[in-house]
Amino acid sequence: MRVLEPLIGLGKGLWVTLRSMFEKPVTVQYPEHKKPVKPRFRGRHVLKRYENGLEKCIGCALCAAACPADAIFVESSENTDEKRFSPGDRYASTYEINMLRCIYCGFCEEACPTEAIILGDNYELSFTDRRQAIYPKEMLIEPVLANGQPTPQKTEPGKFTRSVPEMKDPVD
Amino acid sequence: MAKMVSLTIDGRSISVLEGTLIVNAAKTIGIDIPVFCYHPKMEPVGMCRQCLVEVGRPMIDRSTGQPVMEGGQPKIAFGPKLETACTTPVSEGMIVLSQSEKAKASQKEILEFLLTSHPLDCPVCDKGGECPLQNLTMEHASPQSRFIYDEKHHAEKHVALGDKIWLDRERCIQCGRCIRFQDTVAGEPVLAFYQRGRATDIITNSEPPFDSIFSGNTTDICPVGALTTADFRFGARPWEMKAAASICSLCPVGCNVTFNTRREAKANGKVVIKRALPRQNEQVNEIWMCDRGRFGWHYTESEERLAKPLVRKNGKLEKVSWGKAISLAANLLADSKKDAVVLASGRLSNEDLFNLKQLADGLGGEALLYDSLPGGELTTTYGVPAGTNISDMGAGTTIVVAASDLYHETPIWHLRVKQAAERGATLVIVNSEATKLDKYAKHIVRCEKGGAAKKVNGLVKEFGDAISAAENLVVFFGADGSSALAEACAELVKSRAGKPNNGLIGVWPRANDQGALELGFKPARDLQAVFDRASVVYVAGADPIGDGAVNAKNKKQRPFVIVQELFLTETASLADIVLPAQAYTERDGSYASGERRVQRFYPAVPPLGETKADYAITAQLAAELGFELEGRSARLVMDKLAASVKSFTGISYRKLAEVTEQWPIIGRGDLYYGGTSYQNSQGLGVHLSLENKKA
Repeated sequence: MRVLEPLIGLGKGLWVTLRSMFEKPVTVQYPEHKKPVKPRFRGRHVLKRYENGLEKCIGCALCAAACPADAIFVESSENTDEKRFSPGDRYASTYEINMLRCIYCGFCEEACPTEAIILGDNYELSFTDRRQAIYPKEMLIEPVLANGQPTPQKTEPGKFTRSVPEMKDPVD
Repeated sequence: MAKMVSLTIDGRSISVLEGTLIVNAAKTIGIDIPVFCYHPKMEPVGMCRQCLVEVGRPMIDRSTGQPVMEGGQPKIAFGPKLETACTTPVSEGMIVLSQSEKAKASQKEILEFLLTSHPLDCPVCDKGGECPLQNLTMEHASPQSRFIYDEKHHAEKHVALGDKIWLDRERCIQCGRCIRFQDTVAGEPVLAFYQRGRATDIITNSEPPFDSIFSGNTTDICPVGALTTADFRFGARPWEMKAAASICSLCPVGCNVTFNTRREAKANGKVVIKRALPRQNEQVNEIWMCDRGRFGWHYTESEERLAKPLVRKNGKLEKVSWGKAISLAANLLADSKKDAVVLASGRLSNEDLFNLKQLADGLGGEALLYDSLPGGELTTTYGVPAGTNISDMGAGTTIVVAASDLYHETPIWHLRVKQAAERGATLVIVNSEATKLDKYAKHIVRCEKGGAAKKVNGLVKEFGDAISAAENLVVFFGADGSSALAEACAELVKSRAGKPNNGLIGVWPRANDQGALELGFKPARDLQAVFDRASVVYVAGADPIGDGAVNAKNKKQRPFVIVQELFLTETASLADIVLPAQAYTERDGSYASGERRVQRFYPAVPPLGETKADYAITAQLAAELGFELEGRSARLVMDKLAASVKSFTGISYRKLAEVTEQWPIIGRGDLYYGGTSYQNSQGLGVHLSLENKKA
């Protein structure tokens, strides 16, 4: 029996090897193939739009206030009916996120009163210099949806009178 | 002496002056009773009902008039209803419960009720973050409202109340603070309530709308975001800004201000000033400031500021290095010596002026003060001494205002003189035109332009005791052509020199004319002659050619001109050498106000380009000429200044930064009480002494 013991061990080990030869490989051929992320994955930020193309962001800078890494910088300006970016009184005229500082905690999402900022599923963040890591608004904002208009829009007077657009109950 | 009254608030016993309101008594021992409509600078009205507390008073036996005793203690009778702490004065043996179940419940309900007509658009509101309604809601309100959201009050959100102030009717909680401020503090009743009940609105009834130079203060004391300034609209969130203490440089009142600054992408990553707010100094500006000061600092961030030294080459001004500009300027001054004239204005700080004076003395030339009041140097002898405070003036004080429109020249003095008159001071106005102060005056004397001196001379004869027998006499004087007016005014106060609340106050055209005169600058007369006579004129902070005081066309006799300036003024564009100076927001220094109070200002933003502080430029010039002047820091210049100028004896930067407790309590933790004015923790300033008195 003493002679056989090592051989049994060897056989067991080789069995694992043999078995795994017929298993489906877990390797993904990134970047040709990408794995879908989990629903609650927190990737790169996206600034959302309404269906009509107006920006959801009202430039309140609460995301910047909530940010524990001080990665967000917001400057706001006033909307007019001639040049309207968002339904409210104000919009973010500058919106920058420093992706090197961001810790992807999602506090900005939670602080946002209009659900304008969402941590999306993009995890492909690489830069060749530090300046590139600062994403301006143009890079963060999502493209205009199919039946929407780009901003700034010209809107009819008296249509957008609320300073913060009324929100439906948030859904997760 | 006033009677003291003992009472107990929330189990803590205190003793305060008779007549004190419960809310103020509580504040002195750190108990915050929530208020909206009450403001410590105004009479209480009890409109918002937020300050309801339970009040109990000792029962008095009607037959004996003595308190009813129960178990060795006076029996306390609590009223069936709650009382407003802001309108109820304290009484002996009173017991106040601000935290009882009943009081808390009512405070909670009042907030719930106020919020039914409030939009809760805090995310975009300029007040968000420093809002009393927000803070008190977080502290006292119920997390849930029982009212139906869809029935919320809706109103106009974007009303231009004036060109400087926006009104959001929906946010307004109708506390009336703004209306009462305009009525009682500013004395310009241009705001009013319109309609009733749910439809109540704030309106302005003046033309042009909201016509008051104090309008910005209403945004400070507005307990919600209903009144905001157009200047700061959506500028930044309050918590994103840093605060830097400063002194307003636009008039000789010397209002204490705080600049809020922020680094911005809009300004290419530069740190910029976003707004100016008053900083409490009960002896200077209390907690107010005028709109000129609030919105008048923008020039310091102008694109047209000079950033590099310029030297004239082949008839054109060209950018050069500091070293080159300084050595050229030094050569000019060295050649001229006694024929050199230093012409400085009261826009410069004490430190700058001291160095300029030292330089002029070293060269043997003249040091002249540009465009000041004729005869102004008399204030260094008969000016108001330490212990002077317009807030202390009332019955027994006579205030003479001669040839000056305080409302337009020095608005905060107007406000404080007006208040003194309301407290009982006798106000005498000598002027050629009607001023806004006239309606508070006891005596108004009309005179011709240039004839004020004569009328001032006749005041004693005309009003006798009102002038000569007054306990205190303060004389404000403006410009009226010649030094006769200053002399006539000085004659009135001569016998009272050195007594607090007595003396002469010059209504100077600039912030620091007083300092310049104390430092020995001579008021310039006939500048054209000076320019014709001198071989080099070193102009600092003045534009004599642009102002028309000197005719530049007379080129033949024009001296070499060195200009030290922020902008390429007309004088600078004709100068031979232009040295770029720092604005007062970019450096530290001190000004002496018209009340002879020296106050420190601190840097708020980094300096622009290659600019240098005026005192440092002068020191560098002096070094090139072989004198030694202090130019390393303003603090060191002040040390030297205090050691050599008598009236500045004992003044140091540390001394200027000292503060004492002030009432009312103002500050970031007490926004609900006094408004967004800043607490003063950077110095109340020090009065100059009247050591020069012999002259």
